Amino acid sequence: MGVLLLVALASVAIGAKALPPAQVWHGLFHDSGTYADVVIGDRISRTVLGLLVGAALGLSGAVLQALTRNPLADPGLLGINAGASAAVVTAITYFGVTSLSGYVWFAFFGAAAVGALVWFLGGSRGATPVRLALAGTAISAALYGYLQAVMIMDDAALGKMRFWTVGSLASATDSTIEQVAPFLAVGTVLALALARPLNAVAMGDDTARALGANLNRTRALSMAAATVLCGAATAACGPIVFVGLMVPHAVRSFTGPDLRWILPYATVLSPVLLLGADVLGRMVARPAELQVGIVTAVLGGPVFIFLVRRRRTAQL
Amino acid sequence: MTTPRVRSIRTARGRGAPALPARRVRAVRTGGLSVRLDVRAFTVTVLLLVAAAAASVVLIGTGDFPIPAGDVLRTLAGDGSPSQEFIVNDLRLPRVLVGLLVGASLGLAGALFQSVSRNPLGSPDVLGLGQGATAGALIMIVLFSGSATEVALGALVGGLLTGLAIYLLAWKRGVHGYRLVLVGIGVSAIVTAVNGYLLTKADLVDAARAVVWMTGSLNGRDWAQVWPLLIMCAVLVPLVLGNARGLRMMEMGDDVSYALGVSVERTRLLLMVAAVLLTAGATAAAGPVGFVALTAPQLARRLTRSPGPNLVPSMCMGATLLIVADWASQRAFGADQLPVGVVTGVLGGVYLLWLLVTERKAGRI
Repeated sequence: MGVLLLVALASVAIGAKALPPAQVWHGLFHDSGTYADVVIGDRISRTVLGLLVGAALGLSGAVLQALTRNPLADPGLLGINAGASAAVVTAITYFGVTSLSGYVWFAFFGAAAVGALVWFLGGSRGATPVRLALAGTAISAALYGYLQAVMIMDDAALGKMRFWTVGSLASATDSTIEQVAPFLAVGTVLALALARPLNAVAMGDDTARALGANLNRTRALSMAAATVLCGAATAACGPIVFVGLMVPHAVRSFTGPDLRWILPYATVLSPVLLLGADVLGRMVARPAELQVGIVTAVLGGPVFIFLVRRRRTAQL
Repeated sequence: MTTPRVRSIRTARGRGAPALPARRVRAVRTGGLSVRLDVRAFTVTVLLLVAAAAASVVLIGTGDFPIPAGDVLRTLAGDGSPSQEFIVNDLRLPRVLVGLLVGASLGLAGALFQSVSRNPLGSPDVLGLGQGATAGALIMIVLFSGSATEVALGALVGGLLTGLAIYLLAWKRGVHGYRLVLVGIGVSAIVTAVNGYLLTKADLVDAARAVVWMTGSLNGRDWAQVWPLLIMCAVLVPLVLGNARGLRMMEMGDDVSYALGVSVERTRLLLMVAAVLLTAGATAAAGPVGFVALTAPQLARRLTRSPGPNLVPSMCMGATLLIVADWASQRAFGADQLPVGVVTGVLGGVYLLWLLVTERKAGRI
């Protein structure tokens, strides 16, 4: 929690426009409408959105890893983000949907459809990490092909979408937060409530049934929770990969396999990673900035490869 | 010269599936050379070649200035009218040749990668080679506003570096199929992010150019692209086919192939280098045309119904697929409206669904 607070403060204090700490303090607590205070206000919305989205991504990653019993499950790798992106882009281009509250439903639909598709293509019950990851990547590739076709035909869409498809917190406003917050809240509560039944599922189908868990209901609810979380997060700031992969692994290394600990920790620590990546992106490319989706991918890719190289994890 | 003695052998299909019909394999023996010939695979290959040739003729005839197939053949043989000769030989023939060569290279590279990774989804575009080449090309387009040749060169270098990175990262006392696939996916995710970043850095004109390039297009290809591709294929294809016997053994697993006398790591390295080169070269010429490398080997395999990597049928299938897709994109959207990569992307989506329906129960994915 302390770490989270620190990163959140850094996220408010550091940016393309350098401001002294005293002014940051002033903006935080005595908003008087000066230029600096407006900047701070923008950064606050950005930070809050980062907190919410980070928590959503980490939590959905943890739920997916438990649900598929697969250490490499991540909303980005499994193509769920790509599904949400494709649906949002379709909504923007063909249905003329412009408001976030409009296309968040498309994002849910896309995320759910691709989630189910990947699960079946990956071999459902018999899914191995490799199969699922391949199925997700292949479907992502197909969807990105579709996105590119849309962008070729429509220059205006290209101008807007090339920024959205990398994943960024930069466009955060208070209204974005208001619109996604209810969905994220529902998803978070649902996911946290699922910790106990998911613990049973993690022991294998037979054991779980013997322990009295309702397998189908747990699976359906977990999938719903993960979809709502990913879909809302993607609708708010574009596809962001690897946050959902890295954090649950890091958390598991000090909590052990009990999901009742993993899920809350993932909820708290994922925003640390996301905001940290965002701050880093603002610092390295001054006065411009690197979008947070790019930073997480560049940071997360090596972690992923490290996990793969640890033979035991990859074969789980 | 001795006349070939042909002996017919009937063998059961591989993988011990007794329900399947026996297949005909003939051993063709001439004086010093004897070749085992799978009749069905051979027929399929010939038919695919014919289909590719026919589609090429139709494609040459398609465009703003349609030419009937008879005239196309006459012009290719050397006696058409001057205007037709200009259109056919200078404008459309190079495009078709690039299409054929790119398709063949991608088909072959896909067959190699799928065989090495022992997974029907383990194709170079899924493993990040396409993205790597794209990164190289984007760097040239966005940062240096490079010419077409420089962009192609960038793509080549990008593809090779990515291939090298994947191989090194997947190396751990040998490269195993699953590790190769997963490392490839990881690298692919990183490079995709870098590509997205480069795209946001570009101004809108460069970005539009980059997106067209990233989809894969055959528009406006000329002889300057044909020759390097042709030389590459002329070197690499015999090399790959010469080493294909070991690959077939390796599909049975590393231990079995060691026991059968295949030097596994060397063969794998050699074939992967060849496959990376083929992919990078094809991408440099036409952009990362998606899904040809993924689908061609699988379709070829279904048609020949023969186990093993099916390298030659995959090549022919790749060439046919790309030419037909190019023709379809010109017919469906009008000349030069949408690049061929869009059509292959759609094909890829359909293919994945089909794979979902047919393969899932068999558990072969």
